[in-house]
Amino acid sequence: MSHYTDDHDIDALAQREIALVDLLDRLLGGGVVISGDLTLRIADVDLVRIDLNALISSVSENVPSPFEDMN
Amino acid sequence: MTAANEMNHPQSGTNAETDGRAPARPESQQAPSGHPGLPEDELRYVYAVTRPFEGVLPEEGGRGLDGEPPRLLHHGDLVAVVSPVPAADFDEAPLKAHLEDLDWLAETARTHQRVITALTTVTSPLPLRLATICRDDSGVRRLLESGRARFVSALDRLDGRVEWGVKVYTHTPPPAAPSPEQAPAPSADAPGAGRSYLQQRLAHRRTRETAANRADAVCRRLQEELSQSAEHTVLHRLQDGRLSGRSGQNVLNAAFLVPRAASEAFVERVRALTPGDDESVKVELTGPWAPYSFTDIGEEEPT
Repeated sequence: MSHYTDDHDIDALAQREIALVDLLDRLLGGGVVISGDLTLRIADVDLVRIDLNALISSVSENVPSPFEDMN
Repeated sequence: MTAANEMNHPQSGTNAETDGRAPARPESQQAPSGHPGLPEDELRYVYAVTRPFEGVLPEEGGRGLDGEPPRLLHHGDLVAVVSPVPAADFDEAPLKAHLEDLDWLAETARTHQRVITALTTVTSPLPLRLATICRDDSGVRRLLESGRARFVSALDRLDGRVEWGVKVYTHTPPPAAPSPEQAPAPSADAPGAGRSYLQQRLAHRRTRETAANRADAVCRRLQEELSQSAEHTVLHRLQDGRLSGRSGQNVLNAAFLVPRAASEAFVERVRALTPGDDESVKVELTGPWAPYSFTDIGEEEPT
């Protein structure tokens, strides 16, 4: 990812490599959550968060996870 | 069944009502559900729900977690976009372990994203959260069936919309080396050394505070103005630099829902609001995204 500068062409933006952290903001913080017993992930939304919290705290101990659902 | 219900991949042109299974996939022909005690070896990963659409997913990026084009499983007036995935990787326990593996997580997330991006070239997909997994096709159909009202309303709301991400970073300048204009650096034991040091510290703190104030003003202006150009705004948690791997402190991480047709104007607006001459405040735009951050708008507040 590079800074947004004069490069305001939409196609160029779309083709940039997406930063993982931006992707995870959306794929773990957004997207439709299917609850109930329809999926395997009965409690997996939470599991994902817990796992990522663990993951993140292994990177940095006192930074809150950016992945909690902000919606 | 109409053409819209056909699979949209030339490689797997079976009809979705017959399950849309690609012909050449022998490993998926076994393990029907309902064998208690017998672990099934395949599960269904669901990327998105869409309306029936025509058109072919682009070859590039249109490959799912199994390396094949994702399948379109039709049920009523909805379509689930799925890939078979091995239970050995995606059943609850292995999935939990995998999610702690950043490389695995990254690859899965990127594949999910590529499928969604490919879908956006032919329709307005409703993306599901990462790692939404069903036991089998009938599970996917139940998912579509029971969530129908919610999916339909979200698909209507998000039809033709994209998401743009706008982030603001501040860069605190490092403590400046004494510049020539300032008092020539005295040696540590010279008179005034302590005062000079304090002055520099003070000047640095002022610079930092000013940078923070400027960033704050930029954030507020962006938020206010862009919210008016957008249908909805969501604030994501601020990103930690150690995760994003970039310098500067993230002070705004917002997502805006914008009609696709208004995207160009929106991008132009962001550009106009970006301070061009301020090294300490950076604005970063990402997108267009499928509207991941807006799949829940209009639904009751999560508790």
